[in-house]
Amino acid sequence: MQALYAQLLVGLINGSFYALLSLGLAVIFGMLNIINFAHGALYMMGAFCAYFLLSIGGIGYWWALLLAPIIVGIFGMVLERTMLQWIAGLDHLYGLLLTFGLALIIQGVFQNFFGSSGLPYAIPEQLRGGMNLGFMFLPVYRGWVVIFSLVVCLATWFLIERTRLGAYLRAATENPTLVRAFGINVPRMITLTYGLGVGLAALAGVLSAPINQVRPLMGENIIIVVFAVVVIGGMGSIMGSIITGFALGVVEGLTKYFYPEASNTVVFVLMVLVLLVKPTGLTGRAA
Amino acid sequence: MKSKFIASLLLGTALTLAGGSIASAGDKTVKIGALSDQSGLYADLGGPGSTLATQMAIEDSGLTAKGWKIDVISGDHQNKPDIGTSIARQWFDVDKVDIIVDVPNSGVALAVNNVVKEKNGVYINSGAATSDLTNAQCSPNTVHWTYDTYMLAHTTGQALVKAGGSTWFFLTADYAFGAALERDTTAVVTANGGKVIGGVKHPLNTSDFSSFLLQAQSSGAKVIGLANAGGDTTNTIKQAAEFGINKGGQKLAALLLFLTDVKSIGLDIAQGLNFTETFYWDMNDQTRAFSDRFAKRMKNGAPPTMVQAGVYAGVMHYFKALDALGENPHDGVKVVDKMKSIPTEDALFGKGEIQPNGRTIHTAYLFEVKKPSESKGPWDLYKLVGSVPGDQAFTPLDKSACALLKK
Repeated sequence: MQALYAQLLVGLINGSFYALLSLGLAVIFGMLNIINFAHGALYMMGAFCAYFLLSIGGIGYWWALLLAPIIVGIFGMVLERTMLQWIAGLDHLYGLLLTFGLALIIQGVFQNFFGSSGLPYAIPEQLRGGMNLGFMFLPVYRGWVVIFSLVVCLATWFLIERTRLGAYLRAATENPTLVRAFGINVPRMITLTYGLGVGLAALAGVLSAPINQVRPLMGENIIIVVFAVVVIGGMGSIMGSIITGFALGVVEGLTKYFYPEASNTVVFVLMVLVLLVKPTGLTGRAA
Repeated sequence: MKSKFIASLLLGTALTLAGGSIASAGDKTVKIGALSDQSGLYADLGGPGSTLATQMAIEDSGLTAKGWKIDVISGDHQNKPDIGTSIARQWFDVDKVDIIVDVPNSGVALAVNNVVKEKNGVYINSGAATSDLTNAQCSPNTVHWTYDTYMLAHTTGQALVKAGGSTWFFLTADYAFGAALERDTTAVVTANGGKVIGGVKHPLNTSDFSSFLLQAQSSGAKVIGLANAGGDTTNTIKQAAEFGINKGGQKLAALLLFLTDVKSIGLDIAQGLNFTETFYWDMNDQTRAFSDRFAKRMKNGAPPTMVQAGVYAGVMHYFKALDALGENPHDGVKVVDKMKSIPTEDALFGKGEIQPNGRTIHTAYLFEVKKPSESKGPWDLYKLVGSVPGDQAFTPLDKSACALLKK
């Protein structure tokens, strides 16, 4: 029984990465209608950015949490301005193919320079060690990841669903012409939204760097799972992504306990089941 | 007119036949295919470095000066047996490759083993670990150079059991390699009075090991045996430190650890780990000289791993056999037989031999990862703690299940 509690908690920890990443994807899809396949590569860039900040500039983890999302976010905005905006009105497939190609290029460039086995990034001094919860040894850093990502997820949800800025954003995606008539710069807004989504991916990358190796292919596997999360949660639904992200982490953790060989596939089995029963996803609205 | 035509046809045929036989008598062409994981989790320990090692062997062999024409091509098997075999088939059928080298990933290695046998090529495997390559699935076309799961189990595994690691829990990569390493280590543990009390199989290329580590932790086993490799091992070791596994009194047994893995984990976390390799760049003047030349040509300046060193030494030995034969007969079995008849000796692995089952035996070394304070340079990572002679480290011939031995 104790082991089960431990697996639930570990699932929640992984779920926080899924939630953060799927949140960014959902924001980008919901606002820009782009299926952002470059998300995994941008997550990887976040981790590398933290590594560079430390090894070149001597800037530690705490500043990296702030700076890496901004730097990678700006890179994302450049991508949006130079490439993505030209395919805005086209079918989803074009965005998917373009971002998939971008992901391959970005990963390829990093792999070319840094190999495949990864670079070390230490857990910050203040978050080392762990505590004995009775049923498991919880590394302090993992606890921090859960709390921090939960706060970021809820803040993002609040920003988009409950503030005036969020209302503009949602209106701009519904009817850009009308919103532009009110004097709001819609293209700039879209660029900033893409930057926000990318920033969230980079933030997840920084959080992940001390746990996983900083590797060029670190985003390649996780992105597939995260897409399943977004689909199960309902494409574009912010709250759906957050809840599904955490929930799937737990389901995956339990699978690792009961039947580890299936841990990589359980998410997709769930996705198939959900889509069969509810094609719009758990919280998605019908298109 | 008609007779003239027939005469010229006959003459032409005769000339072609003669030309053909002249060409085959002095055929000094060789094509080498370096088949590796060029982009995935084993790319740093083999990959482009293995192609470079092959290239260096060609240059160092001196055969080109003797009129040989030797080419090397490389391929990426992406850790998928189907891709590996289709590349191998194309190389033999279309590109006229004579020899395939490296091939890390035991699943791919065993699949390619069958293709090379079918096409009667030469197969010098350095990257794969499974001991089945020279046992149940041995082939007259195959030489297994650097290391294997039997050797890892009988060096690292044995040393840890003798040091008091009586109960074991395995974290095993769920494919041919993990299964072979777990099987061979289990045999050693039980033979030495230890006991395996549990294990978990994880998918290849997993990034999060916390669930598995928790199971290992709660099992209470004294030793957690890592029957995985590359990126999987580095992530496990890193996350084990995070979960306080070592501090809790359990010992991690990294059964297979490469230079690039230790570099990637960092000495802070990896220090004190015991493991086995058959080559380390900083062993003596000869290994250092080779490694310097190698590192200068690697994009990231890394010295060779034991897999890359094994590719170099294996190809060098292949050239010795060709030189002795005087030509390339393009007959895999004949060349491999010649390789087996010559004792192996090179700057990287020292003296050894290729056994009739295709297993190359040479000394294996037990290393310990240095403390950060002991390390004097970016690649100064290992401390030598012991060595095991080749005939004790590798499968004894009387225990080998290879059908070639039953002639």
